[in-house]
Amino acid sequence: MASASVSGVALPRKANLRAQSPWAQLFVRLARNLPALLGLIVVVLFFLTAIFAPMLAPYPYDKMNLDLIEKPPSATHWLGTDESGRDMLSRIIYGARSSAFVVLLVTFVNLLLGIPLGAIAGYFGGKIDNLIMRAADILFAFPGLLFTFLIAATLRPAVLTWARENGLGALAQSGYLDYAVVIIALGLIGWAGLARFVRGQVLAFKEREFVISAQASGVPTLQVIARHILPNALAPIIVSISMGMGFIALSEGYLSYLGIGLQPPNPSWGNIMADNAPRYWRQFPKMLWLVIAPGALFSLIVLAFSFLGDGLNEALNPEIDA
Amino acid sequence: MAAHIIRRLIWLPVVLFFVTIITFALGLYGPGSPIVVMLGLHANPDTIARLSREYGLDQPFYVQYLNYIGNALQGNFGYSLVKYRDQPVGILIAERLPVTIQLNLLALVIGSTVGIPLGLLAGLYRNSWFDWSVRTLSLIAVSIPIIFLMPVLLFLLSRPHELTLSFWNFKYTIGPFLPMVAGRWEGVLSGKAALPIFIESLGFIAILTRQMRAGMIDVLGQDYVRTARAKGLRERLVIVRHAMRNALIPITTILGLSLGGLVEGSFLVENFFGIPGIGSLAFQAFTSREYYIIMAVTIIIAVAYVFANMLVDFLYPILDPRIRKT
Repeated sequence: MASASVSGVALPRKANLRAQSPWAQLFVRLARNLPALLGLIVVVLFFLTAIFAPMLAPYPYDKMNLDLIEKPPSATHWLGTDESGRDMLSRIIYGARSSAFVVLLVTFVNLLLGIPLGAIAGYFGGKIDNLIMRAADILFAFPGLLFTFLIAATLRPAVLTWARENGLGALAQSGYLDYAVVIIALGLIGWAGLARFVRGQVLAFKEREFVISAQASGVPTLQVIARHILPNALAPIIVSISMGMGFIALSEGYLSYLGIGLQPPNPSWGNIMADNAPRYWRQFPKMLWLVIAPGALFSLIVLAFSFLGDGLNEALNPEIDA
Repeated sequence: MAAHIIRRLIWLPVVLFFVTIITFALGLYGPGSPIVVMLGLHANPDTIARLSREYGLDQPFYVQYLNYIGNALQGNFGYSLVKYRDQPVGILIAERLPVTIQLNLLALVIGSTVGIPLGLLAGLYRNSWFDWSVRTLSLIAVSIPIIFLMPVLLFLLSRPHELTLSFWNFKYTIGPFLPMVAGRWEGVLSGKAALPIFIESLGFIAILTRQMRAGMIDVLGQDYVRTARAKGLRERLVIVRHAMRNALIPITTILGLSLGGLVEGSFLVENFFGIPGIGSLAFQAFTSREYYIIMAVTIIIAVAYVFANMLVDFLYPILDPRIRKT
């Protein structure tokens, strides 16, 4: 693991890689791994769908049409309509947008907290290391998503009340605050794992000659960490981010399914499933477009992130695959 | 080693303190006053003030916290505010906890008996088609959302039905693989429990398979395995005595940590299948601001998790003598 870095990987014996840059090598290796390549394609499509949702979706996600309730797929509504006559395809497309938004922002929060805290803990050690890692340990004392559930369930009413009392009723009504609550709830736990991971990487490189020589030649501490240590730890960090994104998408779905994440009419795959799964699971054709269509796409995205992460892991750590 | 155990024992009350105080603070200041939740938004302010005084909610934070912990240690976790009006939360949980524990234990047992052999074989026959399919399937099992799996499997397996697809013009009947899942809960050993248990055990299977496979690959590359082979030990004995036993050690850690999967599993599965465990209780509580139930469930699960992982920590040196020396 320690020697696994983008710039320092040894080429596999059989490989005939003409590519020069490490990133191109990475891509070539990834392209040979079919599940990972498919994962990458799905992830790219997912983000494109999220960006262009208003252009792709045939209808607004919350437009109800009470003449067309629970209609099967047709030329005008490709995936049919739900119990309020809303177009399922549009809801799924906007659901991708919600999901991508949460995934990107939570990843950003995790990186913003996790990398500096982990690097500080690993580089300086001692009391500050103890403090940061014990804080992470306390977060790890809550199993699974329990802490996220707790934060989301308690924060949401508090934030909404606060917004109403401060003349932000419209904001509370709009549902944007739900995104904020979900992002805070997931951001607060995600940094701990990343920090622990970055700390381990920094510890592994701290005593290496190139770091010591940088320190000896008077490079400022911040630069030693940012220029000399972190780039070497980049590969495993990328793997953990990619794996983390799938987990964040899954968590957002579960939060919204539980009713403490994004609230209807804001579209989320989680609340679409919560609306439709208990109601339609026994009705076959309705089940197909109201439960399986959103559920299968949700599964596809989470799987794509997992396979991409797995493939990146192999591509970046070739020595494991000896 | 003794120092390690002492350090852990000193750390234990600190973790318990932070876990309880964080949960309590979030529960107290988050969802709004429990009195308002209980009486509704349009209650008389005088009544709210009087009840707040009676319930001790006008006390300083630390007094309320200490009262709460003192009561909790005696099994008194406050009262349900909405759905089970005035029933003690301690009793609500005590009634439901056995169901959740039985479900998860059974899922864990199934997960171990399926996952460990699968991982063992995958690690042994590394890079074979078998390994490839086990790895792919476990990756799928660990990342597929159970909120999708539940309605689909329930539909496919629970009752006899005709699939009539008018536009493809064919009829297909699939049989009752499982009895209808509805009505009264009849315990974990009844047919009704099969599907929920299967879905909960999928996660365990996947995690244990992946850990066991990684463990086997790690151990098979070790010098002592080469030594065992070099001295002419039969391959079967090399695998069983030298490789497998050592690869099983990290599994204990996973067993402790995998209790974490219990949370999502219990919350979502129990609610969907109408199983009367603490998961469905928590599901309702989290959505309806049942603040005493939220706090109690969170604290009980977190404390159980902390103790389980500490137990694993103490067990580890017994299983792996190499750690004892450090």
